[in-house]
Amino acid sequence: MTSSTTHATAIGNEATIEAHPTVPMIVITREFDATPAQLRRAHTDPDLFARWCGPDDLTMRIEHFDARRGGAFRYVHSRHGEEYAFYGSFHDIADHRLVQTFTFEGLPDQVALETLTFTDLGDGRTRLRAQSLCDSFEVRDQWLRSGMEVGVNQGYAKLERMLADGAV
Amino acid sequence: MADQLSQVFAALADPIRRDMVARLSTGDATVGELAQPYRVTLQAVSKHLRVLEDAGLVSRSRDAQRRPVHLQAEVFDLMEKWIERYRREAEKRFRRLDAVLEEMKQTESAPVDRHPRGAVS
Repeated sequence: MTSSTTHATAIGNEATIEAHPTVPMIVITREFDATPAQLRRAHTDPDLFARWCGPDDLTMRIEHFDARRGGAFRYVHSRHGEEYAFYGSFHDIADHRLVQTFTFEGLPDQVALETLTFTDLGDGRTRLRAQSLCDSFEVRDQWLRSGMEVGVNQGYAKLERMLADGAV
Repeated sequence: MADQLSQVFAALADPIRRDMVARLSTGDATVGELAQPYRVTLQAVSKHLRVLEDAGLVSRSRDAQRRPVHLQAEVFDLMEKWIERYRREAEKRFRRLDAVLEEMKQTESAPVDRHPRGAVS
């Protein structure tokens, strides 16, 4: 019924990405036909989150997801018997932003600080800005590399498959 | 190609090499010119340059006496493709989120007997 509207919007809404040149950071920006409250709920309600976070060819299992200040989450993506787990803590959950840590268990020494801001654009539209600050350029670039479908050499090949969904 | 990109990212993981690349983007420079801002030996700078050269990021002309270092811009086109792939993965995720949000709106407006026309006004 509103499919044509949604489709047209989706094209105009295309996500933009910025890999910062002097700070090991990735920033993704995207506009949505939703209010900040709805967008926040889609990020903090585990049932809703599970429906969009994992890619189509992975199954997503949430172990725990306590979306409040100081709460923690852990979820597992699996494909062909291989499991990739991610965990972190919710540092701050406010109306217009969500701050959390994020660790991929395959790289347990690394932790990214993620700040999601929801900017109300009026007319039921909201801009999401998702900023991931990594430990180093090396780690940041590993994340960027994860967008590749082809495996890279040696140790990266496995990580490649694990992160093929581009989880930020 | 994937191998080269791994090398490129590894080469650019070092702050001095990133800085060198940034300076070369404004024009060719000699090793001596490149070494100037850093408190490191010419030898150390040459080592950094070799890493950049192996990754295909820079080249040095063999004939000219000054042997200026030249940035190979096409490598950055490859990197851009890489980042674009990552962006597209994020976009796929966000389209799923679009669908979830659309459903949320319909659920929220369900008790009210009205067509969920959304933002159309």
